[in-house]
Amino acid sequence: MKIAVPAAEKDIQSQVSITFGRSLYFIIVESDTMDFQAIENQAVNAQGGAGILAAQTVLDSGAEVLVTPHLGQNAADVLKRADIEIMQAVPGTVKDLVDMYKNGELKALKEIHPGYHGGHR
Amino acid sequence: MRISVLSGKGGTGKTFISTNLVSTIGNVYIDCDVEEPNGAIFLKPEITGQKEVKVKIPQSDENCTGCKECVSFCRYHALAYAKDKLLVFHELCHSCGGCVMVCGHNALHETERRIGIIEYGKSQNTEFRHGILDSGNPSGVPIIKELLRDMDKDKIIVLDCPPGSSCTVMESIKDSDLCILAAEPTLFGIHNLNMVYRLTNLMDIPAGVIINKAVEGNTIVEEYCRSKNIPVIGKIPYNRQFDIWNSNGELVSQKQGCRQIFKQIYENILEVAANETAGSTKR
Repeated sequence: MKIAVPAAEKDIQSQVSITFGRSLYFIIVESDTMDFQAIENQAVNAQGGAGILAAQTVLDSGAEVLVTPHLGQNAADVLKRADIEIMQAVPGTVKDLVDMYKNGELKALKEIHPGYHGGHR
Repeated sequence: MRISVLSGKGGTGKTFISTNLVSTIGNVYIDCDVEEPNGAIFLKPEITGQKEVKVKIPQSDENCTGCKECVSFCRYHALAYAKDKLLVFHELCHSCGGCVMVCGHNALHETERRIGIIEYGKSQNTEFRHGILDSGNPSGVPIIKELLRDMDKDKIIVLDCPPGSSCTVMESIKDSDLCILAAEPTLFGIHNLNMVYRLTNLMDIPAGVIINKAVEGNTIVEEYCRSKNIPVIGKIPYNRQFDIWNSNGELVSQKQGCRQIFKQIYENILEVAANETAGSTKR
């Protein structure tokens, strides 16, 4: 099963990012083998709709689980529609979080924020 | 002639100047500040007509194959494809129609969504229009476009613009013959005046300044105007009585002896406009 985690660096040992939509990378980890792939988040510099684009990137990676510290409403709408399991990240590395997920130590993300929507038109 | 009244920040007197000016010269008043239109408080128009403003948003049908051509095309990221369905985030959509054009499967068509209204009316001998954006909508630009459609070029049209120098202001002043920049004589006022002046310059629209709430001995705005070679169209002194009338929704121009202030401003506008025309023929 593929697990997506937003991260500031391209490595599985990188710390989990503090944001979702504006995270630099998504690390996609195959939970059985711990093989991983880093995908650049094109939404980093988006004027608006970053959460939607980031969510689409996660979906297109084939991930079935997302572990994230935060999630905006629009991104949540996209991911929930595709039945992605959304878990609450705690401070740690991408690897730590995947291990915790496998051990059933993570909780489902409860709080969806309304979005920052900084992009003005 | 189309005259736009704008300012870099709120509270400098855009509505004060535009409503009093239009009630003095009597012609057409248009409140383009669709997020918070307040000209009606002073002009008290009798509303005679109303129109809904709608924008086009895409909708997919059963022809959709999930190719995501439209999703990657949309630079506003208003589209996502999840599982088996195209999701449209209408608050991000700019109604550009591009997604419909790039769809290779004839699976997208446009539907309409209301974003606000326009009201038409009459206030004594002034023709009145204002737009009201429905709450929760991010952009008033389509309402302003509709407000300014089919304008009679022979009339004197006064546009009360939104504050600042963003898209809604650009849309409002686009076809103006002259921009009046309302400014307060403070450092903050100069900063904001400079913002809108840069905008009118960029858009190549002639501009003049009205100094509002002017106080004796303070020439900060005049100095700025001299340095940039911008004509000063008028100077309205700070007057507590004006504030009281204004706070009560009364037009200062209708008070005894005050009409002259706005008549003079109008004459100065005509002069600046005439100089501009002469200048541009020379160019």
